[in-house]
Amino acid sequence: MRTFAAAIDPRYLIVFLITLVLVVGEARYSILGGYDRLATTLGICIATELLLSWWLRGRVANVASAYITGISLALLIKPQANILWPFALGAFLSIASKYVLTYRGRHLWNPSNFGIALLVLVAADSVAILSHQWGNDLRINLVIWAFGLAVAWRARVLHVTLTYVACFAVLAVIRNAIVGGPLLAELAPITGPMYQLFVFFMVTDPRTTVSTRRGRMLVVALVAIFETLIRLAGDFQLPLLRPFYVSPPILALAIVGPLAMWWDLRRNGRRGPEEARPVVLTP
Amino acid sequence: MKRLVVTLAFVAAIIAVVVLNGRAAGSVAGSSDAIHLSEVAHASGIDFVHQSPTLDPKVEHIAAHIAALGACVSVADVNNDNWPDLYFTSSRFGTPNALYLNEKDGTFRDVSAQAGIASLNRAGEGVSMGAVWGDYDNDGFEDLLVYKWGYPQLFRNLGNVTFADVTVQSGLRVWMNSNGAVWLDFDRDGLLDLYITGYFRSDIDFWNLRTTRIMQHSWEFATNGGKNLLFKNVGNGRFVDVTDSLGVGSTRWTLAAAAADFNDDGWPDLYLANDYGPEELFLNREGKRFELARAGLEDDSKSGMAVVLGDVYNRGRHDVFVTNISVKGFLFQGNNLRVNFLKELGRFDEVATGVVADAGWAWGAQFGDLNNDGLLDLVVANGFISADSTRDYWYAMSKIAGAQGNIFEDAKNWPPIGRASLSGYERSRVLLNRGEAGFVDVAEAAGVTDRLDGRSVAMADLFNRGVLDVVIANQKGRALLYRSSPPDPLSLRERGNGHWIALKLIGSRSNRSAIGAEVTVEFGGGRQRQVVDGGMGFCGQNDRRLHFGLGNGRLGRVTIRWPSGSEQVLDGLASDQMHVVTEPR
Repeated sequence: MRTFAAAIDPRYLIVFLITLVLVVGEARYSILGGYDRLATTLGICIATELLLSWWLRGRVANVASAYITGISLALLIKPQANILWPFALGAFLSIASKYVLTYRGRHLWNPSNFGIALLVLVAADSVAILSHQWGNDLRINLVIWAFGLAVAWRARVLHVTLTYVACFAVLAVIRNAIVGGPLLAELAPITGPMYQLFVFFMVTDPRTTVSTRRGRMLVVALVAIFETLIRLAGDFQLPLLRPFYVSPPILALAIVGPLAMWWDLRRNGRRGPEEARPVVLTP
Repeated sequence: MKRLVVTLAFVAAIIAVVVLNGRAAGSVAGSSDAIHLSEVAHASGIDFVHQSPTLDPKVEHIAAHIAALGACVSVADVNNDNWPDLYFTSSRFGTPNALYLNEKDGTFRDVSAQAGIASLNRAGEGVSMGAVWGDYDNDGFEDLLVYKWGYPQLFRNLGNVTFADVTVQSGLRVWMNSNGAVWLDFDRDGLLDLYITGYFRSDIDFWNLRTTRIMQHSWEFATNGGKNLLFKNVGNGRFVDVTDSLGVGSTRWTLAAAAADFNDDGWPDLYLANDYGPEELFLNREGKRFELARAGLEDDSKSGMAVVLGDVYNRGRHDVFVTNISVKGFLFQGNNLRVNFLKELGRFDEVATGVVADAGWAWGAQFGDLNNDGLLDLVVANGFISADSTRDYWYAMSKIAGAQGNIFEDAKNWPPIGRASLSGYERSRVLLNRGEAGFVDVAEAAGVTDRLDGRSVAMADLFNRGVLDVVIANQKGRALLYRSSPPDPLSLRERGNGHWIALKLIGSRSNRSAIGAEVTVEFGGGRQRQVVDGGMGFCGQNDRRLHFGLGNGRLGRVTIRWPSGSEQVLDGLASDQMHVVTEPR
């Protein structure tokens, strides 16, 4: 069993995990809100990935990443009733960002993080994040957390996930000391489904994080700190930052992640087409 | 070059997002040359102001949230003078409810104290959350049920604008935390039965809380609300709880219910709008039991506030409008407009888009043909808590909204709301039905500009002029009466438009209020169906006289299916007047 698990490319474990989230969530809570949404995002993500990789880089890319992005978008974007364009445009922009927003041949944003952050910031009249809460069901979330932690461990990104969770918990206590109210209200967000997607699929993305283990831990700590600043802005009702505090973690990552990536690439002189880079997750 | 092309496509996609988003944000205004409403409550003698309940100090930190219900209005012709009267509820101990008697001269007079239905909000008894009228004893006078957070109260109309409290002898003195009720004759025995919905659990006494674990355990699939109860009218003024034997004891935090025959089998069904859960349709199996239908509702979980029935596309069916929550950035549940295809496909199709889907935090609503063009328009009241406009509770609530249910089930874990608003200062919507062209919001052009926290909407031709007026009860606010201004008659005649017919039905074999009677009016090339409601919207009830706009269509056949099951066809009725129709024996 151990040998079999060790032989599987960690990317496919991530694919398995997000598929599990999708299937369980849809079967139990109809989290998609319509299969047309899934078909749109998945279809456009994969088509965009295939087309752009072939056209710009001369070879067809593995679509595992586009698959993960497509499902993440389908699960997290919750637009006004019966409109599909946020899924279509969000999917295209997410994948295209990998080919357009690059530095030294590397893309800077996690694709789904970029797409969702963009939609939330410039299309707030049409798009919200995750109106569905998957039933707020402890049992379902425990299953996903268990699988997620196991996959993160196997993919060697558990340190990223755990660092973020630990930072979130400590900062929740600090926030509570500042703003008052029940401590559980500050801790509560991380028990929810948006954070499952965030800690297992966004902050751990090896393509858009820095090169060293210590650096990755530092980056997610910074993400958590930036998220706390956004949350405090929400608590103190800073009007200018209102677009940010509808989804603090995703927007914190969208700001901190690329800056850290840019700094890391610049410092180390890392360069080259994406596919030429060794896969961090390869055991 | 290739990279430039991709970059241009990328930028174009971002521009498309901005443009499409702007279209969504800007799609809420339209002109109205046919709907004109003037707010005349004070001028009409209505100065009712709702008061919210005070609650146990254990939940003081979110009292503004919990106690943001109870402003309701229902319409009835209390004294059988063919002029509709209005009943408003308040929700704080010591504050009175109000019965406004129609003075037939454009004004109303509060007679609730003399009538004995004012001082209902008392410690130990609970506070009013709404009321529905129905002649449960078939004596020809509309009786009153007031549902409460506390003991519901049934008042028998003595016929001289006074009422007797008959709750104890009726068997209805059961503590509930209810926000809705409907009269219906589910077994077609000619006696009105009663369905009272439960919101918070019935073991909760909001003034003596034993626990703070009183909130929903899920925002989407909560089943820990109060139990809905069905009371069968067994005659002699007595009701018996038949909930479990009939299978309609939902505990899904029901906020509103409506009864009508959705599947054309001749028996009134029950449609529920549930907060924190999917809507429910209970199909009536010949009065012997109800079955929860799989009609495309079970997976679509939102926050149902009101359920309104209307034949939106003049197909001779009851379509359903259910209000929900939309707030920029945080949540787009969207209102549901469910087109009834039960007979063909066994389900409803949800078709709400644009202004129909997104009205803010929507509460009460009603369909009615405000311009007599033959299409049902829609009025929606919006807004939850209007307090300090510079502070917004949405962010604080979002902290716990995604969390595990056992965290926010306990009220003590909720962030304090303080003076913050929560979807406050939202405007009411008046949605003009343009048929295949869809609905357009004409509220501002029509003269509806209030930004109070609307809860209940009711429609009636209050002044017997052949046009529908609109009444809105507002939480912690004054009641509004939007008087419709009919278009210039000469202009109408020139256009051959604006005809109407109204029907007042009196049951004989059926319940005398004719609640549940289904009327289909044929005109022009279409037909429109309406039902005499025993409560509809959110804690509201329209006049039980049915009003049909006919546009420029010639009035054809009128078919009445009485609650008893008998059918009556009327030909040759004159338009532009009200007809009183008594059920043939």
